[in-house]
Amino acid sequence: MDGLAHQIVAGIATGGIYASVALAIVMIYQATHHVNFAQGEMATLSCFIAWSMVQAGLPYWVAFFGTIVVSFAIGVVVERILIRPVANAPVLTMVGVFIGLLLIVGNATGWIFGYTTKVFPSPFTSDGPLLGGLVSAHELGSTVVTLTVLTLVWAFFRFTKLGLAMRAAAYNPRSSRLVGIRVGWMLALGWGLAAAIGAVAGMMVAPVVFLDPTMMLGILLYAFAGALLGGIDNPMGAVLGGFAVGVLENLAGAYVVGTELKLTVALAIIIGVLVVRPSGLFGRVVFSRV
Amino acid sequence: MPTLLDVKGLKAGYGPTHVLHGLDFQVEEGGVTALLGANGAGKTTTLRAICGMVRTEGEISFRGDRLHGRATEDIVRRGIAHVPDGRGTFMELTVEENFKLGAYVRNDNQVQADFDRMCAWFPRLKQRWKQQAGTLSGGEQQMLAIARALLLRPKLLLLDEPSFGLAPLIVQEIFGIMRRIRDESGVGILLVEQNANLALELADLAYLLETGTIVMSGRAAEIRQDEAIRRSYLGY
Repeated sequence: MDGLAHQIVAGIATGGIYASVALAIVMIYQATHHVNFAQGEMATLSCFIAWSMVQAGLPYWVAFFGTIVVSFAIGVVVERILIRPVANAPVLTMVGVFIGLLLIVGNATGWIFGYTTKVFPSPFTSDGPLLGGLVSAHELGSTVVTLTVLTLVWAFFRFTKLGLAMRAAAYNPRSSRLVGIRVGWMLALGWGLAAAIGAVAGMMVAPVVFLDPTMMLGILLYAFAGALLGGIDNPMGAVLGGFAVGVLENLAGAYVVGTELKLTVALAIIIGVLVVRPSGLFGRVVFSRV
Repeated sequence: MPTLLDVKGLKAGYGPTHVLHGLDFQVEEGGVTALLGANGAGKTTTLRAICGMVRTEGEISFRGDRLHGRATEDIVRRGIAHVPDGRGTFMELTVEENFKLGAYVRNDNQVQADFDRMCAWFPRLKQRWKQQAGTLSGGEQQMLAIARALLLRPKLLLLDEPSFGLAPLIVQEIFGIMRRIRDESGVGILLVEQNANLALELADLAYLLETGTIVMSGRAAEIRQDEAIRRSYLGY
């Protein structure tokens, strides 16, 4: 029984990571109707930046927030330089750009920082087991961090003028221009925000899976499964889907398929959702009277 | 009356197709100009050209300022609000959020007062305040689109067929509101309309478009009186 409870708690902790990356994917999807395949590699690059800062002697939290700022800037620059020129291009062009971005960022990371696996520090340590061994300090800490980030992002979109403008620009760029919103910048901000969220998720998962240039590959798949499960056009649904996939993956790994076949769970979810319910559990349905 | 919008030799088109072949027209400060014409005459394209939404040639001057070649959002920020065909409301967002977006570029402290004023003009929007705009009726959506445009506090309002697809009673209501805008707010209006009768009643100046060219222009009151013009061009 304790084993089961631990698996669920651990699943929620990794689910927070998937939920964050899923949210980053959905944010880009809503604005561009494309999945950014490079979301994971961009997060990996962010982790290496954080790692370098820590190696250079900066305190962990300085490196943490510094990395968020740098990642945000990288996201904005990528949108301005790479995505903007092909914004109106056919689907295949976009897919090509995203795959190119995936390869370039991934390989540049390996080229600069090397392919040897590195230990990434966790800011959460404790002397003994917490809650009777139910949860590790890092699991608890990373869950708190991801939940905080998700809440902040939700509040930003829900309560601020800029958040409303970004939602408007994603839904309806033409009408947004007619109320004076600078749509291009809203999209760039969205990319920055997605990159920053991905960076946090990466820094929270890196102490568990260890840091190497392909670290986020599997995580992106789980996150994508979560986003699809919740509904790729519904941020809240994607977040719930991310948590659900985290728990499902952990339980299936422990009791059903074994750890080696865990990734299959993500693929099974992706295919299952696409076949049975393509809009996902909470896919947004727009009511409109004609 | 001083000229608010002065358009000279306006040409516009989509890709290789030319839709407008050199239009000259004006909107007076606080006045109403009607653009009349059949489907495909180029009325909607004219409004899009003013807002920088299509490729244009020619001279568009707004309060002495050249608009040609500027981005749509910059033109809007100069005080031109456009209610496009298809209304341009945010279907996925609530009435309240549509209001907030209407006032997006404003930083003054009159926004709440304007919200209240629009709610008084359109009491039905007040009732639907937290509802998704996509769930409103056609007439309510048109009212929301006009309210959203007025919340910009524009100097010039571009209206693209506000009566399109609406029941006669709702059309009366919308035109009542437009009369109110003309009389109470001092906003200039450029009105594109198929319903020539209603449009001429409201307008000071009128222009008749046929396949991208102006074939007739003058004071709206005079055009209304002219039996021959009415029969041959306006069909009533």
